[in-house]
Amino acid sequence: MNSIHPDERGYYGEFGGAFVPEMLYPNLTELRKHYLPVIESNDFKKEFRLLLRDYVGRPTPLYYSPKLSGEHGASVYLKREDLTHTGAHKINNTIGQILLAKRLNKKRIIAETGAGQHGVAVATACALAGIGCTVFMGKVDMHRQKPNVERMKLLGAEVVPAVSGSQTLKDATNEAIREWISHPADTHYIIGSVVGPHPYPDMVARFQSVIGLEISDQLKEKTGKKTPDYVLACLGGGSNAIGAFYPFIDNRVTQLIAVEAGGKGIHSGKTAASIALGRKGIIHGSRTYLIQTDDGQIIEPYSVSAGLDYPGIGPVHAYLHDTGKAKVVNVTDDEAMEAALWLSRREGIIPALEPAHALAYLRKMKFRPGDTVVVNLSGRGDKDMSIYRQYLHR
Amino acid sequence: MNNRINNLFHTKNGPVLSVYFTAGFPGRDDTVPLVEHLSEAGADMIELGFPFSDPLADGPVIQNSSRLAIRNGMSLPLLFRQIKHIRKHTDIPLLLMGYLNPVMQYGEDRFLEKCAETGIDGVILPDMSLEYFREHFRDRFCKLGLSNILLITPATPPHRIRQIDALSDGFIYMVSSDAITGGSPDLSRQQEYYRRVASMNLKNPTLTGFGIHDRDSFLNACRYSRGAIVGSAFIKHLEAAGVSRESVRKFMGSILP
Ligand SMILES: Cc1ncc(COP(=O)(O)O)c(C=O)c1O
Repeated sequence: MNSIHPDERGYYGEFGGAFVPEMLYPNLTELRKHYLPVIESNDFKKEFRLLLRDYVGRPTPLYYSPKLSGEHGASVYLKREDLTHTGAHKINNTIGQILLAKRLNKKRIIAETGAGQHGVAVATACALAGIGCTVFMGKVDMHRQKPNVERMKLLGAEVVPAVSGSQTLKDATNEAIREWISHPADTHYIIGSVVGPHPYPDMVARFQSVIGLEISDQLKEKTGKKTPDYVLACLGGGSNAIGAFYPFIDNRVTQLIAVEAGGKGIHSGKTAASIALGRKGIIHGSRTYLIQTDDGQIIEPYSVSAGLDYPGIGPVHAYLHDTGKAKVVNVTDDEAMEAALWLSRREGIIPALEPAHALAYLRKMKFRPGDTVVVNLSGRGDKDMSIYRQYLHR
Repeated sequence: MNNRINNLFHTKNGPVLSVYFTAGFPGRDDTVPLVEHLSEAGADMIELGFPFSDPLADGPVIQNSSRLAIRNGMSLPLLFRQIKHIRKHTDIPLLLMGYLNPVMQYGEDRFLEKCAETGIDGVILPDMSLEYFREHFRDRFCKLGLSNILLITPATPPHRIRQIDALSDGFIYMVSSDAITGGSPDLSRQQEYYRRVASMNLKNPTLTGFGIHDRDSFLNACRYSRGAIVGSAFIKHLEAAGVSRESVRKFMGSILP
């Protein structure tokens, strides 16, 4: 199997690393030391696999979409992460991390969330494990993803509004890291994407790799071949994308396509397209592409989709982009909206706004008949109902 | 290494007081007069913060001063111009403190050269790890006569404190507790940690920072280290009482014995 891992210091080429204040050194050293031995141990693997099956509902189906296939002239499959417990791929990672946190004897969990899907998945895993949790969420996001705030609270999580910056995912992440600095000993920080200092990007990628491994098996079963011609996924921090890409990196057949949030257009000043506009720098402890001024101040991003509204990108994606192993593109808010409506009306599946970006890019592609295309449908759209309603009535 | 920081520690007998403030706060052009007022009022050393939009190790007070400084137009090129001006009038040891990203955009080499050229004596980059410093920076710091100041915390293991000591030339920034800047540290836990570090007989002096806000916390810190660093408390004072010579003198009077 082809896959991708950083070197022992956490670098994918020149990207990644661990640029954090000394206060976090002991925590990160502990994680770095233990994450691989723990997640590769038989007892962990067994417990993780069982929970993914019986609690999360894996494997999620790989659905052949007749309508998308007809529309685009290729065989289009949807990887149905929207059908997982809690409704997005985020749960794969939080179940993995909570099992790790328990083995490291952590007594409390903190997390950031953008769309609230990661927050809900953290609150769920914590309820399951009987560990208390605090979730930081930008105030703007608490408003636009309200149903998820209610869900987190019902699950017993404390939700703390992040009121700095643009009050979105970046700022929630800042607050979570500051909280971790202030409570290093017994607290585990469950990051929700392949971002942050080493070993987070690698750890989260490993927990999400189940998506791609299932795609490969399911495709074999359905079509006789294990490798699709294209895999598309939306790109916020990049966890669903790397999960879906995982077994296909470095094979010569599959073209990997990551779709960023263009917001109102990449030249509108209201965008979250980190690869399109970003320059190399450091955000949340890792070296990657980020949207910033000439002085190195991070620019507040914008996207209608809270889960993609982030000015950086996981270091592994910066590396895949620079080496040409993946293609990073972007679509606008409106294009994503249209794609979401289309799928709802034609297939009876209401996608989350995030994977609607991946769906929207299908329209910009040219396929040959017989091409096999997999779109990672990373989550369902319940949380986005008020935004969809507004769009319909505008 | 021969620079103003090391000279200070060689020549000064009593406790050392270093004061931090964010350059360009509260006003863009307050940097130069504030340095003057502080040195007149008895500061031994000054740390000029260059602002970053997302300061991970800082509490609300410094987050806010950084945000305002950026809005006021503070940037590294501007700050270096102000420092040139400052150096015409004072010989007080000066450090720059900030995060790595603005330095990377300015250019790491260019940043260090500009520091040396304008008369900066040391640099504190909290998100630059020991390992990164060793591999990318160490030789250049030495060549340019700049002190790199590294942090230790209550959770830093002894062997790492030794490594940090070995790689430091100037002083070690002893963070008073597991906290971001501006917190109020737990005194009892602190005592044990201060004693433990003091008993290690490090080659570098230590200065204690984070949460030092009045004479008591200053003197307590000085019992175990060569002095202390005041940051958030000074910024809060500037917000409330302004940037005049008199205001600064009053603040220094509340800290110094
Ligand atoms: C459904 C869904 N997809 C994608 C994302 C973006 O995250 P990532 O790029 O890490 O997959 C989110 C984030 O909240 C999400 O909720």
